[in-house]
Amino acid sequence: MKKRNLLSAIAVAVTIVATTVWAADTGKLTVVGAGGVLQDAERNAFFEPFAKASGVALTEDSYSGQMAKVRAMVSSGSVSWDVMQVEQNTLLSGCAEGLFEPLDWSKVGKREDFIPEAYNECGVGAFVWSMVPTYDKSKLSNGPATWANFWDTKTWPGKRGFRQTAKMTLEIALLADGVQPGDVYKVLATKAGQDRAFAKLDQIKPDIIWWTSGAESLERLAAGDVVATATFNGRVSAANATGKNFALVWNGQVYGIDYWGIVKGSPNKANAEKFIAFAASEAAQSVFPESIAYGVTNLKAIRTIRPELARDLPTTEANLASAVGLNTEFWADNGEALEARFATWRAQ
Amino acid sequence: MARAMTSDLPTRQPSGAAVARPARISALAAGFRADKRRQTIISIALIGPLVAFIVFAFVLPLATMLFYAINNPEVRNALPKTLVALETWDGHSALPPSAYDALVADIKSDVPPNVLAEAGRRMNYEITGFRSLLAKTVRNVRSAPVQPAEQQLVSIDAQWRDPAYWRVIKRNASPLTAFYLLSAVDLRPGADGGVTLAPAEERLFLSTLLRTLTISACVTLICVLLAYPIANAIVSIGGRFSAIMLACVLLPFWTSLLVRTSAWIVILQKEGIVNRALQALGLTDAPLELIFNRTGLYIAMVHILLPFMVLPLISVMKGISPSYVKASLSLGASPVTTFLRVYLPLTLPGVGAGCLLTFIISAGYYVTPTLVGGASDQMLSYFIAFYANTTINWGMSAALGVLLLSCILALYAIVGRIVGIDRIMGME
Repeated sequence: MKKRNLLSAIAVAVTIVATTVWAADTGKLTVVGAGGVLQDAERNAFFEPFAKASGVALTEDSYSGQMAKVRAMVSSGSVSWDVMQVEQNTLLSGCAEGLFEPLDWSKVGKREDFIPEAYNECGVGAFVWSMVPTYDKSKLSNGPATWANFWDTKTWPGKRGFRQTAKMTLEIALLADGVQPGDVYKVLATKAGQDRAFAKLDQIKPDIIWWTSGAESLERLAAGDVVATATFNGRVSAANATGKNFALVWNGQVYGIDYWGIVKGSPNKANAEKFIAFAASEAAQSVFPESIAYGVTNLKAIRTIRPELARDLPTTEANLASAVGLNTEFWADNGEALEARFATWRAQ
Repeated sequence: MARAMTSDLPTRQPSGAAVARPARISALAAGFRADKRRQTIISIALIGPLVAFIVFAFVLPLATMLFYAINNPEVRNALPKTLVALETWDGHSALPPSAYDALVADIKSDVPPNVLAEAGRRMNYEITGFRSLLAKTVRNVRSAPVQPAEQQLVSIDAQWRDPAYWRVIKRNASPLTAFYLLSAVDLRPGADGGVTLAPAEERLFLSTLLRTLTISACVTLICVLLAYPIANAIVSIGGRFSAIMLACVLLPFWTSLLVRTSAWIVILQKEGIVNRALQALGLTDAPLELIFNRTGLYIAMVHILLPFMVLPLISVMKGISPSYVKASLSLGASPVTTFLRVYLPLTLPGVGAGCLLTFIISAGYYVTPTLVGGASDQMLSYFIAFYANTTINWGMSAALGVLLLSCILALYAIVGRIVGIDRIMGME
């Protein structure tokens, strides 16, 4: 009995050593995403195909977009994350402050093969997501389909859901107040414009329920706590795929880009570069929208997407007609001051 | 202690001791000393882990937090020459031309780009837009040919003519700053070295602190009103039923905070159990707003914090002999007088301990207000987390931590004065 235990222990040990040695041959990589259905889609399109093709032992992790952990990792020199999916302004400030490695674009591809916004010194655009208005069509046959209609609480009584950030909410308030999509940041850059956005939000303040995670926004909508909500377009499509009947409205969408970036001091930098090149490739990117309704950044991949799929992506030309692209330079400057003012305003 | 003992020893010897004895006595004393030393070493070894734990788990993190709240290295690291050039400038008169040259020299020096970016972020806290102004200037200066500095800076952005930006640079010459601590109490450094109140729409933290203390006080009050009869019942009933009651109080202790909080969302939401029951009974027509507001927050927090009030009360009540109450009643006092003048004063240490514990724990609450509170129910720790995680402004986060900590310490001191910490701790 004892002997068998010993033998099996040895067998386990040998297997562990063997796997480590095998893994060491092709190396390791830790990729960090945002979790949920989004990470499921990334696993499908990027993680698993890459691990299979390269033999790299890929580990996944997820985070909620907060950079405190990365900053602590970089300043202490014990970096355990290699590649991260990051929002645009996080990449911008993280790149300037040395939290991300400068990206060697010669290993990724040609800059002109991507949409212009996809280029960054420290990263390459992974996908395009969008904040859109939605309502439950099973409860309202003709719901509030524009931001201006969100403010009409007479026709559509009930609560509205908004993401609990000044970023995007202020843009939406200005759009609802009649500002042209092209002028939103011109207006928001002035003190008067900021006052205007807050004054507009004041009109429906008691009717707003704030959400912090994308999943929460649609749970509230399904539970009837809100009659309409601003939310991520990919969530709407994903919910509809599971039998919900939420409206997908593109009028006044506010879109942003998420990037792949390499954490400064990543122990597996070569693999990280290989992964990013793979995730930016036409082949991988044309698979991605099959799993989640986010746009991609590789121009060739965009052309290969099926039309019935393209109809529901934020990057499709028709959907971009009245869209606002998130101005990350603006938010890098004004983010902290406006978020503080937003928090003050919410608490009043 | 040990030293006092050994120096005491010789004086205690009788003066008429035999000549042969000192040697033996000194041997004895040496043995005694060695014994004492060994005991000291053993006791130090025994409390060593505790001391190490306190140092690593409390003293170091607190010291680090205090340091972060006043640490100000960013601008000194990035713009040393500019700071020297601005040393003699009074902040109002015309800027010394050497300042422009020094800034360009600093940007062109081999300071890593991230150090300049950190300085930009630091100064952006004081003037919105400084981050991009500096970033733009760095980009342009590093790629442009040599030219007169003042002209070059102003041609990149005319904002460099504005002395306000230069004042911010000059203000951050010192390695320590009061900026974060001032901001934590809604103050800003003024243009002339003084202190001014923040603009109305940015005044945030004092009201949040007040709200934090109000919520904590209300939760504590509700807890003590609920816990007192419960604790009394558990103590006086005794037997199996009291064990069951105690288990009911402790049950929430055994599930995670997140689960308990989420459970309240399910129970109290618009189409939740409570609202459906109320409507089915015909008590209300429309569903009540029970969650995502102050009501929901109080319900969830009281539920979670009740054991912290019940347990100290039980331990104090158990030690009160029933004969006191009987004596009071038999001497003719009414039940109300007996309660107010005999029983209540005896339980005060338990009430004090429970209140202090509940108040301190609720003042630091973060998850529960985030999940079940509304927009106007967020407490100070929400902003601590916001600055620590979201904007990575650790100075601000630490300063708010200092603010909360000093309020708790002040409260501790006040309660200590009134009730006596020794009594609360049961060390009387």
